[in-house]
Amino acid sequence: MPMAESTPAAITNQRAFGLASIFRLGLVYLGLMVVDAFALFLVYAFAADGVWELAITVGLITLMVNVINLRPWLYALRWIAPALALMCLLVVYPIAYTVYVSFTNYGDGNLLTKSQVIKLVSRETYLPEGGKEYAWALYRNEQGALALWLTDEADGDKYYFATTADFAPVAAVAAGADLPETYQGYRRLSRAESLRASGEAQNLSFGPPSAPIGIAGRRIAGEFAQRYIYQEEQDAVLDRATGSIFYPVYATGKDPAGQSYRTGQFVNDAGATLRTGFIANIGIKNYRSFLERDDIRIPLTRIFLWTISFSLLSVLSTFTVGLCFALILQNRRIPFRRAFRTLLIVPWAIPGLISVAVWKGMLNPNLGVVSNLLRAIGLEAPPFFIDPGWAKAGILLINLWLGYPYFMLVCSGALAAIPSDMYEAAEVDGAGWWSKFRDLTLPMLLVAVGPLLIASFTYNFNNFVLIEAFNEGGPPMVESGTLPAGHTDILISYAFRLAFGGGRGADFGLASAITIIIFLMVAAVTLLQYRLTKGWEETSENV
Amino acid sequence: MSKAKAPKRRRYRPAENLQLALQTTILAAAVIFALFPIVWVISAALNPSQSMSSQTVIPPLPDRRIITADEPGKLLRIASPDGARVERSAELVLLVEIDGEEKELRAPKNGYVDNIRLEPGESFLAGDDLYDIRSSYLINVDTLLNTERKPFMRWMFNSVVIASVSSIIVVLITAFSAYSFSRFRFAGRRNLLVLILLVQVFPNLLSMVAIFLMLQQIGQHIPFFGLNTAGGLILVYVGGAMGINIWLMKGFFDSVPRDIDESAMVDGANHWQVYWRLIFPLVRPVLVVVGILSFVGIYNEFVLARVLLRDKDSWTLMVGLWQFISATFGQDWGVFAAGAVIGALPSLIIYLSLQDQIVGGLTQGAVKG
Repeated sequence: MPMAESTPAAITNQRAFGLASIFRLGLVYLGLMVVDAFALFLVYAFAADGVWELAITVGLITLMVNVINLRPWLYALRWIAPALALMCLLVVYPIAYTVYVSFTNYGDGNLLTKSQVIKLVSRETYLPEGGKEYAWALYRNEQGALALWLTDEADGDKYYFATTADFAPVAAVAAGADLPETYQGYRRLSRAESLRASGEAQNLSFGPPSAPIGIAGRRIAGEFAQRYIYQEEQDAVLDRATGSIFYPVYATGKDPAGQSYRTGQFVNDAGATLRTGFIANIGIKNYRSFLERDDIRIPLTRIFLWTISFSLLSVLSTFTVGLCFALILQNRRIPFRRAFRTLLIVPWAIPGLISVAVWKGMLNPNLGVVSNLLRAIGLEAPPFFIDPGWAKAGILLINLWLGYPYFMLVCSGALAAIPSDMYEAAEVDGAGWWSKFRDLTLPMLLVAVGPLLIASFTYNFNNFVLIEAFNEGGPPMVESGTLPAGHTDILISYAFRLAFGGGRGADFGLASAITIIIFLMVAAVTLLQYRLTKGWEETSENV
Repeated sequence: MSKAKAPKRRRYRPAENLQLALQTTILAAAVIFALFPIVWVISAALNPSQSMSSQTVIPPLPDRRIITADEPGKLLRIASPDGARVERSAELVLLVEIDGEEKELRAPKNGYVDNIRLEPGESFLAGDDLYDIRSSYLINVDTLLNTERKPFMRWMFNSVVIASVSSIIVVLITAFSAYSFSRFRFAGRRNLLVLILLVQVFPNLLSMVAIFLMLQQIGQHIPFFGLNTAGGLILVYVGGAMGINIWLMKGFFDSVPRDIDESAMVDGANHWQVYWRLIFPLVRPVLVVVGILSFVGIYNEFVLARVLLRDKDSWTLMVGLWQFISATFGQDWGVFAAGAVIGALPSLIIYLSLQDQIVGGLTQGAVKG
């Protein structure tokens, strides 16, 4: 049913059997084959790594591209296929992933999947009771392989030599004698050398795999055994050193110790946990913490209000100033009109990061030029980076500088489009300057510029670079406790700080939940803008 | 003042002249507000002194020569193991030009060099010769270009390569899609367009975790597109730029009357021919502008680049400049200013020379982002 039913397409379909079109068909098949081979390789590789979500995504995208290119009635989509494929992989998949993460505890302490955690703890070893202990010295051969000289001090200095594959007693050296400089092609390392190699050696296991020997301390090596064993039928991890059993706590599971939920941890009867937790589904806990946790609710409310007022004030100030300049520049008698216009656009043409950085330098309370000038006329330099109010004022000032040229340009264009006979008619009616502006210019202008005002609002809503480059959201907000939040943070920078915040631990789950909120709000505003521009009519009716 | 310029057709009332004077004054004040930061940063770039506090709007006149006790010469570069800044008691190497010949002067680590600081106007002894340290207007640029720890030219090169390749790919791919959305009528077309618009407003800064993990995974099998590579970053930029550009270009394609291609179709042309022979040449100027604008957008982007590029040599210019800001802003102010001025030039030139075309694009719904 969904045919390309317009006449041109129908005509193309009729002549689909020329030699040229067979050639073109061959080209399509060849291209598809190359793409498919490449995609299958990726799917296979991702599946082998156990990254199923990516394998499935790439597989689905490939399937979609194939269907589009092989079904004639999807001809129109063929033109869009490359863009669709790229968007699915790099925009849609990350969005889906973010939605998923927002329902998990993904973050520091819970960075790995459950099977990765099991794999990780399975590598841990311990010295079982009655296991043998040795003093050790490091040897290295020409190929760079390490070996251990082991001394069983409890057994009257019996010597053993362990390579990474073999373990054998040494008979040739008498007990208590100095260790030989070389042995079986291995050279004894000096103290400095073995200190440097000890990191490498600690990750190796020596001797036969059945009875591995590892380094436990600066002097002690021993016959180690695997400490944690995952028992699949019980879905639990047995700690062989203590004999206790650790159960994973899922969102729906119970904490065996009867304590508060510790979702995403392996917990034993005593309430102890394994060192590393796993990524677990925690339902809407991240979203509920917006309301329930004081160290999130208070900062989030303030940040939300500031984000809204920052965006509104930015749009209002840049639009007003830009409109004023555009109105003035309408006067044809202004000398050097073109030069004025060009110079006034300059702030817009500078990369935002650079502009903000320069302003940051200029507003510096101790060294900056603004403070110096103010001091020169006997005023106090405002604490732009310490006081929340001044920081906000500084940000709005910078954003005014950054943003007014855009609206100046836009308004100039829109003003030029208002037919001049309308003004003449208004003048005939005796309208003054103000009533002409209020009743004619502004309404006409808002029709053209209205959608751009909304677009500017959403742009500022997510104006991360300004906030981050000015003061990294500072000054810090006390109420947020250990979580990173600042008085000038907007939602996106707050989420960014929660996810990638320096040093204080990453909480991708919480950050993702905030991201989803931002997305929903911006999407709603965008839809509103789309309706305002009469986009529905435009896409359905026009050419 | 403006009377000379005024057309002679009619005489202006005094009120009108007063208004004109007022308006011109406002504009002049606005230009000062607009340009002051720029003048300030250019001045800082040219100021031989490194620190922010000693900066004046007009840099002190430098003496471009270095004067020895017996030979006059010109200072080419101060090189030291530390790069830009010479600490006391570091070994000091001066490259000087004496009688047209480049000469390297070394001052030992201890001894006389302890007594000097590289402040303009001071002197130091190397061997038995007395040197005056003078500096040129371009000393900051020189430091910027010759600091090995901060390979500025390399960053600039990376930025230009990444931005050009990405914007060319973006324009080619989105032009195809825009043609389809503009010329074909198919089921789900409108929904697809709205969907693209909505998906596009998701802040991709925050899907970074997914993008990071994905590139890491891809990089294990196709190193070209991995983390820390230009290929991977280009992939992310291209994917993220699809939506807005499809919308933008659809607008341009819509403005080409449909009669043109319909008559060509009647004459036996297929869509491919119509696209390449008819529509593409018509919209090419617009595509060039869109391409240049996305070049600037990508050139200026730094958030994704900062997370995805770890290695100093693979950084883009903005990531590199960010390091100046976040770390030793006060000390490296002069060098940062030089980098900022040079780094802003491509964007500045493009915007100012294309201002009319940009206004055209803006009123059609494009937003600078």
